[in-house]
Amino acid sequence: MSASLQLDSQGRLRHLLTTEGLPAAMIRRILDTADQFVSVNEREVKKIPLLRGKAIFNVFFENSTRTRTTFEIAAKRLSADVINLNIGASSTSKGETLLDTVYNLQAMDADMFVVRHAQSGAPHLIARHVKPGVAVINAGDGRHAHPTQGLLDMYTIRHYKKDFSGLTVAIVGDVLHSRVARSQIHALKTLGVPELRVVGPKTLIPADVERMGVRVFHDMAAGIKDCDVVIMLRLQNERMNGALLPSAGEFYKAYGLNAEKLAKAKPDAIVMHPGPMNRGVEIESSVADGHQSVILPQVTFGIAVRMAVMSILAGQAPGGGE
Amino acid sequence: MKIEIRGARLVDPAANTEANASLFIAAGRIASTGKAPEGFQADEVIEAGGLVLCPGLVDLSARLREPGYEYKATLESEMRAAVAGGVTTLACPPDTDPPLDEPGLVEMLTRRAASLHQARVHPLGALTVGLKGERLAEMAELAEAGCVGFFQANAPIRDLSVLLQAMRYAATFGFTVWIRPQVSDLARDGVAHEGEVATRLGLAPIPVIAETIAIRAIVELMSVTGARVHLARLSSARSVALVAEAKSKGLPLTCDVGVHHLHLSDRDIGEFDPLANFVPPLRDPRDRDALRKAVADGTIDAICSDHTPVDDDEKLVPFAEAAPGATGLELLLPLTLQWGSESGLKLPATLGAVTHRAARILGAEAGTLAPGAPADLCLFDPKSPWVVSPLALASQGKNTPFMGLELSGRVARTLVGGRTVHLA
Repeated sequence: MSASLQLDSQGRLRHLLTTEGLPAAMIRRILDTADQFVSVNEREVKKIPLLRGKAIFNVFFENSTRTRTTFEIAAKRLSADVINLNIGASSTSKGETLLDTVYNLQAMDADMFVVRHAQSGAPHLIARHVKPGVAVINAGDGRHAHPTQGLLDMYTIRHYKKDFSGLTVAIVGDVLHSRVARSQIHALKTLGVPELRVVGPKTLIPADVERMGVRVFHDMAAGIKDCDVVIMLRLQNERMNGALLPSAGEFYKAYGLNAEKLAKAKPDAIVMHPGPMNRGVEIESSVADGHQSVILPQVTFGIAVRMAVMSILAGQAPGGGE
Repeated sequence: MKIEIRGARLVDPAANTEANASLFIAAGRIASTGKAPEGFQADEVIEAGGLVLCPGLVDLSARLREPGYEYKATLESEMRAAVAGGVTTLACPPDTDPPLDEPGLVEMLTRRAASLHQARVHPLGALTVGLKGERLAEMAELAEAGCVGFFQANAPIRDLSVLLQAMRYAATFGFTVWIRPQVSDLARDGVAHEGEVATRLGLAPIPVIAETIAIRAIVELMSVTGARVHLARLSSARSVALVAEAKSKGLPLTCDVGVHHLHLSDRDIGEFDPLANFVPPLRDPRDRDALRKAVADGTIDAICSDHTPVDDDEKLVPFAEAAPGATGLELLLPLTLQWGSESGLKLPATLGAVTHRAARILGAEAGTLAPGAPADLCLFDPKSPWVVSPLALASQGKNTPFMGLELSGRVARTLVGGRTVHLA
């Protein structure tokens, strides 16, 4: 299903909309390409001319300074022209439809759209209607997907753990609302992680999530026992007090990651978080800043992974022969 | 005017018969079948050429979009679509703009519809003023203006005491209350069946309990009010079980299902296809299978098109923002035939769900080939394949998940009151 829209008939990447249905070989190719860019990013001059003359539009219908910035840096390091548009959630109330906005930007000769939207599936709609040759990257849509985040997490796990085939991975917290968790789950399953768990209270675990190939735990200690990787999810402020959770404090007690709970995981377990973190809500500061935390390397790798996705979509990946 | 329809395969679902015979019409009514009445001299002979002749279809839900939504469709276009689909009697829900909550509006609609001389239109009045779920609409006045039942359409009634009083009041006059069962607070901003697909796609879910808790409440309210209730658009296997239980206790309860829900499930959302956005949502394939079975065994009384023509632009948006529903008047027959043949039913049983069983709910004189009944008829070729395309549809709404697909069963001729109103 997903393959039909984001891959062409030769299996080449046309858009990056979701990690679901992305073949393992394609994921590995993205990660391998990112490997080469990590070294670029360590150089004094961090710019390479792969995407010179290409126009990349960051179209954010939902605000996110951080994600937009990482895409902007990635595009600029590839020498692309970057145009940032914060359209905000109110654009539809001004009368212009989502597709009208896209058609207008396309008329300005965009080569690539990086799209964030509050509605699940909005990037699919755009991808279905752009001209051939114009690529769409999903930078987060509703609760559905955030594939570049999922891929940078795969990069991070591979960097520290080398191989996915023997890993136990736990994703902890608000799985219900998390596009990041969904993208991680699809990618981890595709890469062959044998034991994938989600951990959280029943109010934050979506229905039938087991059908995505995960085991559900409501007890944190049991859920992260013997894990190689512990991924904490962000809890949005508006979810902290209401019908889903009584309070941030009670959530922290049951599901916040502290040193004591982390001790249940393997001694060499890594701790990840997609950011931005709520210290004292999802994670204790000493853990977030501790030696098992790879939260900041995630951010660094994120640039290289986004460079890799952009260059592959543009048919300009180094050594890619496309 | 006397007409003989010769050489047809007569299917009378009400009598559960099927035979090669002629049908004779006099003064707009069926005079006889098989043998001509004594002294019958046909003014016109229609050669049926072996096609199926059955009572015109009775559709319990077709949105004609007037007043207020003429940009989506007009009375002219949708009345044409009805007869093109073999539908000769239809009920239209009150969710127009303004809603059908005043006798004047109902009279205007029925007069406009009657002037088109096509299908017979039975309006459903609004159950509450403005469909707001607060004050009762003038049911007795509306009934006098022609309303055959009172419906809240897809608008919620948050306050159960309003529903209680509405049912009491309707029971006073013997009116049927139509309800699409849903506890709105449990559905919230949901757009898809709560389950694997909604979870995977990150779509806000509508749990089955939003429907079943409402059905339980309605059944309780029926037992204290004595109201007759028609449940519109069941969507789940659990709902079917609850209805069967209530019916077995002898409660005056009927129900219908939208024809799309007999063929599609949440799997058909695919990659966010807005054409698969329905109210109620398409549910699990097991729910779909239970609905199919329930129509066959009679637990569900009727199949309707739930015809909802929308503007193209209303589907060119992200899934959750898409206007729900599909055009259906012209797909009701082929999709019902497909359900029937896949369920191993004979034509009389298949067509019963869109003819006499639906007519009974409306209290309409329709859905039968009995002598004396209005000559509202549909002549169709059950085997003739056609491809659903924008041009093939008379409806202004081209929104259907079946676009581009081949279906069997095309209407050749439709008669209302003995008058040919559609000829393919």
